[in-house]
Amino acid sequence: MTSTARIEDLLRELAPQVLGAVVRRYGDFDAAEDAVQEALLAAAMHWPAEGLPDNPRGWLIQTAVRRLTDQYRSDQARRRREESAALREVRDAEPVPRDDALVLLFMCCHPALTPASSIALTLRAVAGLSTAEIAKAFLLPKATMAQRISRAKQKIKASGIPFRMPAPEEFAPRLGSVLHVLYLLFNEGYTSSAGAELHRTDLTAEAIRLTRAVHAMLPEHGEVTGLLALMLLNDARRPARTGAHGELIPLAEQDRARWNRAAIAEGVRLTATAMSGGAVGEYQLQAAIAALHDGAERAEDTDWPQILDLYGLLERITGNPMVTLNRAVTAAMVHGPQTGLDLLAPLEERLSGHYRLDAVRAHLLDMRGDTEAAAEHYRAAAARTTSAPERQYLVTKAARLNKQNR
Amino acid sequence: MPRYMLLTNYDDNIGAGPMSEWGPDDITAHLEYLRALNNQLIDSGELVDMQALTGPELAKVVTFDGQGSPVVTDGPYTEVKEVLAGYQMVDVETEARAIEIAAKVSAAPGPGGVPLRQPIEVRQVMGPPPSGDL
Repeated sequence: MTSTARIEDLLRELAPQVLGAVVRRYGDFDAAEDAVQEALLAAAMHWPAEGLPDNPRGWLIQTAVRRLTDQYRSDQARRRREESAALREVRDAEPVPRDDALVLLFMCCHPALTPASSIALTLRAVAGLSTAEIAKAFLLPKATMAQRISRAKQKIKASGIPFRMPAPEEFAPRLGSVLHVLYLLFNEGYTSSAGAELHRTDLTAEAIRLTRAVHAMLPEHGEVTGLLALMLLNDARRPARTGAHGELIPLAEQDRARWNRAAIAEGVRLTATAMSGGAVGEYQLQAAIAALHDGAERAEDTDWPQILDLYGLLERITGNPMVTLNRAVTAAMVHGPQTGLDLLAPLEERLSGHYRLDAVRAHLLDMRGDTEAAAEHYRAAAARTTSAPERQYLVTKAARLNKQNR
Repeated sequence: MPRYMLLTNYDDNIGAGPMSEWGPDDITAHLEYLRALNNQLIDSGELVDMQALTGPELAKVVTFDGQGSPVVTDGPYTEVKEVLAGYQMVDVETEARAIEIAAKVSAAPGPGGVPLRQPIEVRQVMGPPPSGDL
């Protein structure tokens, strides 16, 4: 008897390989994906009782192909396609390349799709999750998620995206889209790992698993290594990031004994590898910043001057005003609150009305001892945030300062 | 993606009167319009939930100070002209898309097929905090 958990792991590992093999043979991503899902379900039903077949991957490919040809056969309109597919099958006897999962990722994360559809499709086609599992992770009805996936597949069909590695001149931007989708998937799970939504943390594990797979296929790529390191270093802090009631605990107040030491060690090692290469990208820099935070025994041991330098680089690469906000907070730690406040002035226009600008300003005013103005900006930030834990945090901050002011 | 609650208020001021006083064809057309809209939202992968509420006739209002028994009163709506009639929750790319959907709800046909122009309140649902730790 093989344990259900082991079978699940095996199926998830084989899913992209099987899909790759079927798509390679039939070229019909949409139908192939459905057929592979059915084969995976069949395996999940039969294998625990009947034991593993001798060649699990072959079993799955065969079952998927049988489903696919059954479907073609039942569909008169597709008769001709079935015939040409059968012809192709005879000719196509090449061994399946190992990087099929990567080709699938490029397809699912194609820039023609919205990030939300890319995430859903990636979870199904590459991570091997069922529609029901994906719907549950996103707290959506199954029918809605099924449609989202089906539309994404139609879009791929309509845009004629081929099943192959992007051309060399396209490789970098296309890999950028893949990493962006994986990063968003990680954040989906990471940011909502509080209270009642605890099960969503599975998405974090999925993102790490997929990024590990990309890293295994492109071990020399600095940004891939950087992204994996960043995920591990952030995920390591998750146990300390929220309190018993889902309230946010800022980095400076987290119980560092609860951080995941093994994940930190791996993340720090990967960061060092990633940074030792040539050009440095945004994930590498974010990983380096996270590594410095995670490496500090106590909050007061944090190497703020080096973090400030890294934020400077990150700001130059991305031009993202949110990075400037973080740089302002860091600058305040190095040079005092006034330096931080001065950095906020040029953001006034670009981030007008964004709660995060108010939250950072409140924090810096509070550092300067200007508690009344700080409370006012905390209240303004609380009114505009779209996150419940964050609203609670900001409201509590304002309330504490009010009490002090009385 | 952000989620929005689209709250449909039954508003006496718009002058269509309660649905029970509409013609049967008008009621069918109204419900058919909303059903088709909800199906579109399932097809587009955006609908999270939708519900219609029973009328104020069945409403209760409960107040309690934690001691003795709670005070329960029937529908409080004698003075109020606007009551919540139902909602849709959508999971969409942008606020603009939520507003576009709300506009369709507002234009649901009333008596004589004339768009009701019900006021639809668009409220963003609280989501997770952003990813950056500081």
